[in-house]
Amino acid sequence: MNPFELANPDRFERFARPIALPVSVLAAALIGVGLYFALFNSPPDYQQGETVRIMYVHVPAAWMALMCYTALAVSSAVGFIWKHPLADVAARSTAPIGAVFTAVALVTGSLWGKPMWGAWWAWDARLTSVLILFFLYLGYMTVWAAIEDKARAARLAAIVAIVGFVNVPIIKFSVDWWNSLHQPASVLRADGATIDSAMLTPLLLMGAGYMTLFAALLIASMRNEIAARRLSRLDAAAERPISTVRVE
Amino acid sequence: MSAFLAIVRRDLALAFRAGGGALQSMTFFALAALIFALAIGPEPALLQGFAAPVLWAVALFAAVVSLDRLFQADFEDGSLDTMIETAEFLELQVLAKALAHWLTAGLPVIAATPAIALLFNLPPEGYAPLLASLLVGTPALSLFGAIGAAVGLGLRRASIPMAILSAPLYAPTLIFGVNAAQAGASGSPEYAPSLLLLGAISLFSALLGPIAGAAAIRLNMS
Repeated sequence: MNPFELANPDRFERFARPIALPVSVLAAALIGVGLYFALFNSPPDYQQGETVRIMYVHVPAAWMALMCYTALAVSSAVGFIWKHPLADVAARSTAPIGAVFTAVALVTGSLWGKPMWGAWWAWDARLTSVLILFFLYLGYMTVWAAIEDKARAARLAAIVAIVGFVNVPIIKFSVDWWNSLHQPASVLRADGATIDSAMLTPLLLMGAGYMTLFAALLIASMRNEIAARRLSRLDAAAERPISTVRVE
Repeated sequence: MSAFLAIVRRDLALAFRAGGGALQSMTFFALAALIFALAIGPEPALLQGFAAPVLWAVALFAAVVSLDRLFQADFEDGSLDTMIETAEFLELQVLAKALAHWLTAGLPVIAATPAIALLFNLPPEGYAPLLASLLVGTPALSLFGAIGAAVGLGLRRASIPMAILSAPLYAPTLIFGVNAAQAGASGSPEYAPSLLLLGAISLFSALLGPIAGAAAIRLNMS
């Protein structure tokens, strides 16, 4: 199927409605099985002990944090260049999901850091760049929140998303450089060892589960947004002042 | 080119005659540095270590708080409309306004830096690298800030959203700026590369800032 056919909201709805439930079920199943492997059916790490299990929640969340921002930037660019309203809807819906994945990565990383490094937070290069990524998400959502006119908000937010995306490599590079001055990398190289297949299975399952969860949430959020826009258009068409509605 | 210079001259005249622009930025810079000094305490060795980081952070704040000066007044009185209509390249106008912003918010801060650094007990060999890093790096603050200011035109109560939008973009500038200043003071070999990288960021912002800023202004004015 030509992906551009989906740019029509009606076609998107026809495509999304039947798959919404199966995708959600698949996400729940993958995450369920992944969690089972992660919590019960995988070995504890010989150095980290049981805390290694946090990794199965943490690492896929960090993957998703980056993937969602990429998706956000790509759909923003598509929306900006070809003025596809559906791409704007997709970008807007992606942002909060990505922000939550980023927050999950930060929080679980912090929970893992306390027993492993002895501190909730370390200004490790990777942590710092993910924190900045989180603020990029917040900045993007601020634009949507502050502008009422949806069409203008979409295009301004797209500029913000693209500018942020262009800067991600620079931020990453600068933070790597910054950290190398202040902290010996040896302490933070705990995850450097090659990973065993018993640990890889739950990790990949969780990764696939998060990906499907993202798809399910995105579909739900986009359908929701499209419906909300239709509703507001219907309201506008009815041309009833809000005050008379309240009096009724 | 003459339009470019005209805008720079006009913005400078406006800043110096009406708002006391340069003096305001300098005063803000000095006061913010004073607040840091009061918070850190009078211990000379401690202050000395904080000199470059604090002065860089405060220079960044001085740029952020003056961002709304960049386009807001012209947006309100309609001169931005005229600029869009007459401009061959709006990007160049944005570059001119960012340059004017740097001349009134960046350069005064740099001029005040030696005096403030003295209060922070900066050793003599630290002055040249600190000033060099500010000179090379602060243009990026105005140029990245132009993006935030241009996007902020469409927002109500824009100053906080503008800061949220610009801050992540400022991170690399701040990191390499402080790094260059400190490496230069301690004679470390990292001085030259971080100064060069800082220059690269400024050049990059001179490309990205006008393009993204002009796109956002066009959107906000349409």
